[in-house]
Amino acid sequence: MISSIARRSHRTERIALTVIRMCAGFVILAMAAILLYLSVEGTKTFFVDHFSLLQFLFSPDYDLDDNHPGAAIFIVGTLLVTVFAIVVGGPFGIAVGVFLSEIAPKRMAQLLKPAIELLVGIPSVVYGWLGLTLLVPLIRDHTSSPSGFSLAGAGIVLAIMILPTVISLSEDSFNSLPPSLREGSLALGATRFQTIVRVLLPSASSGLAVALILGIARAVGETLAIQLVIGNATAFPKGIFGPTATLTTVIVGEMPSATQGSLQEHALFSMAFLLLIIAMVLILLVRFALRKRT
Amino acid sequence: MKRNAALAALLVGISVSTTAAFADTSITAAGSTALLPLVKDAAGAYQAANPSVKISVSGGGSGTGINQVAAKAIDIGDSDIVPPPTVTGLVDNKVAVIGFAVIVNPDLKVKNLTRKQIQDIFAGNVTNWNQVGGPDQKIVVINRTRGSGTRVVFEKTVIAPEKVTEGGLSEDATGTVISVVKQTPGAISYAAFSGTHGQPVVEVAIDGVAATEANVITGKYPFWSYEHMLTNGPATGEVKKFIDFVSSNTELLNKNSFIKISDMKTSETNR
Repeated sequence: MISSIARRSHRTERIALTVIRMCAGFVILAMAAILLYLSVEGTKTFFVDHFSLLQFLFSPDYDLDDNHPGAAIFIVGTLLVTVFAIVVGGPFGIAVGVFLSEIAPKRMAQLLKPAIELLVGIPSVVYGWLGLTLLVPLIRDHTSSPSGFSLAGAGIVLAIMILPTVISLSEDSFNSLPPSLREGSLALGATRFQTIVRVLLPSASSGLAVALILGIARAVGETLAIQLVIGNATAFPKGIFGPTATLTTVIVGEMPSATQGSLQEHALFSMAFLLLIIAMVLILLVRFALRKRT
Repeated sequence: MKRNAALAALLVGISVSTTAAFADTSITAAGSTALLPLVKDAAGAYQAANPSVKISVSGGGSGTGINQVAAKAIDIGDSDIVPPPTVTGLVDNKVAVIGFAVIVNPDLKVKNLTRKQIQDIFAGNVTNWNQVGGPDQKIVVINRTRGSGTRVVFEKTVIAPEKVTEGGLSEDATGTVISVVKQTPGAISYAAFSGTHGQPVVEVAIDGVAATEANVITGKYPFWSYEHMLTNGPATGEVKKFIDFVSSNTELLNKNSFIKISDMKTSETNR
């Protein structure tokens, strides 16, 4: 009797463990498959079409009819919108994180937090659409940009999109600080502002770094919202209100029509591979920042 | 009794709808956004006449149409251009002729441009409208994305031997191009008659020849192309019938500003 129950539970346990192992194995397999596929397809520009990595990375000449697969414009475009988004959205997000964790009355924080988390759930095409209908005409009418499609517009849309990530993560990192830090600082006669700037910000710095890096990761990978407002011009932006393109926007714009096996397809795969490498580097940075904390 | 009748009606309804679902021939077409309005209209009319056929139509651009039909993902690839020689196995079914217009923002009051002026504008040599007889206003060039058939036709019939500069904005569908030209002061772009006719944008005359079907038919107006519905291997069955329906339906062709191939007084190969 007892042994049969034991045997049965033993069996269910074995089945459950097998299922869990299979799930984990599947994830690893899928990751490996993506990595392998992208690294094979993404290097054809170099091994099949024999272009140099330097030309791909640093040449601004992207003209496939003329056999020039330079991706410099798109790499610079991605870097610029990302920097713009993080410079505008980063400090803002951390400030709101501080507010939620340290300043806001508990009731208010309880209301604000779900509202901010809701922002994550808004599809990126909606952000892009809002950018196209509100921001583009605004920029057209009030700046030197004749069309309104611009780097700045894309940067602003992105800054708003990364806010929830930065806010939530920075709030969490403030909340995880031991109360003794605040109490000690206040007991020494520091004001609340001094406590936040001199004690809490430095103590939470690795958590804040994680918040910013994940914000950057989101910005680098964002596609649709940017495509609608950046103007998709194959040119370096002439100033902050000029149009340009990013790695993601050129991939989504051209991949459907790129003929299989063409240089265009290979170049786009190389850009996708580059994005994957950027993402992996960012994840490694997150791990590094987290390790520093513990 | 009443309940039984209702039940019976329900069952009949279900069985009809399920048989319909299983007996359906479904046809998928995608590609050129210039050809899209015609194919959409034709699909509606064809389905109304043949309820057992289901036709789904979408855009994506000529390059997408060519790619997807070559990969057998769809039945018909809509395209403004003949597929490149690297893509094999496709059968070209020409269904109509379409004219394209160079369009500008209406506030410019520009009605005519010479071919040389258009080449200069799109090559980036001319950047202000006052250099080509317009007001003092910066020119905003809007291109189609690479992979657009309209762009290929434009480069081949109007811009060649010059080249389009890559610096301009680019949009990925006929409809988007028209709405951006409408809203943006100083904007210039190009799109098919099927999208531009009747819109609040100015279709400029090229070298004094107006952008009309009549001028396309005689060959006086240079900016036109055949529309292709590509199939992977020869078209058969309902797919063939549908393609024939598109190319022969004078009423739908005219309504969408297309020209019946047999009406043309001029012809071109490789277009």
